Amino acid sequence: MRCGLIAKKIGMTRVFDENAQEVPVTLLKVENCCVATVRQADKDGYDAVCLTAGVQKAERLNKPQRAVIEKANLTAPQKMYEFRVSPDCVVPVGSELSVSHFVKDQLVDATAVTQGKGFAGGMKRWNFGGLRATHGISLSHRSIGSTGQQGMSKVFKGKKMPGQMGAKQMTIQNLVVHDMDVEQGLLMIKGAVPGHKNSWIRLKDAVKKPLSKDVPMPAGLKAAAQVKEVAKEAAAQEEAGAQE
Amino acid sequence: MNVLRLFEKKKIEEAGKDIPNFKAGDTLKVHTKIKEGKNERIQIYEGVCIARKNNGMGSTFTVRKISFNEGVERIFPLYSPNIEKIEKVRIGKVRRAKLYYMRVLRGRKARIVEDIAKAQKERNEAKK
Repeated sequence: MRCGLIAKKIGMTRVFDENAQEVPVTLLKVENCCVATVRQADKDGYDAVCLTAGVQKAERLNKPQRAVIEKANLTAPQKMYEFRVSPDCVVPVGSELSVSHFVKDQLVDATAVTQGKGFAGGMKRWNFGGLRATHGISLSHRSIGSTGQQGMSKVFKGKKMPGQMGAKQMTIQNLVVHDMDVEQGLLMIKGAVPGHKNSWIRLKDAVKKPLSKDVPMPAGLKAAAQVKEVAKEAAAQEEAGAQE
Repeated sequence: MNVLRLFEKKKIEEAGKDIPNFKAGDTLKVHTKIKEGKNERIQIYEGVCIARKNNGMGSTFTVRKISFNEGVERIFPLYSPNIEKIEKVRIGKVRRAKLYYMRVLRGRKARIVEDIAKAQKERNEAKK
């Protein structure tokens, strides 16, 4: 089990694929996604890596967080999340992850806090039908109607009623990574992702689908990606030289 | 410029489309690529542009024509790779950006006057 990535939601747009079909995509930006600390099973009882995201002033962090960041020699982040990993996928402290952590057409799960809708009624929150517009109904056209039956003298637990809608953590499974821009740190995820713009999205390999064999193990690091690109360029230059 | 705009700008540049300066009221010839099995051919769809929607990569334009006495409207994505070329045939003189009123008009009432002065101006500029 590999760790994931923390990304910022930029917004939605559309691109054209190789068959000239339109694909709706959500843009996510990965910035300053570094390993701050590592949890180990013998010491902490579980294996995990703590990742950072975003950049902000160091004085805005609290003291324990600052100590962790200084120890790892990192830029002060806006957000930190832990990701459970298997012992073979632990990433060393201080290494920076890149969007090349995922590969094209890979399936991922996206976790985020959904857009808050406030205190919503039954029609908006649970798709209830509401009451009739006429035939003697007054002042209660969007009501939820009955909440039980005669003789029970109670309302069952979990009855769908008006209440807070949205602004709670949600995971959408099996989203497709359409494309990525390693240089800019941009990910294109097909379809919608929970959360509002500029909210933090946690991306992980899809838990319910087999993992692609092309993914980098234990993680796609930024340095590694650069090395790879340099190697590619060198190879291209060599080829060009050979052709001449 | 924010990240989304920059991204869309880059994608639009990558598409490398040579789009003429047209607006609602203009008569267009849209050359569309059509795939039939392995073969690809070009089909020309000609009609009046009744709307343009500007939305970055999601920009579209609507072309209306009367085909066998039946009004037909097609909405084309402006940056679609399936559009080979957009040809401006005639410049119309209209007062609105969206000509949805054309849908209820037929025959003589559905005419759009040609903007001769503007056409002349564009021709002169092209000559220069």
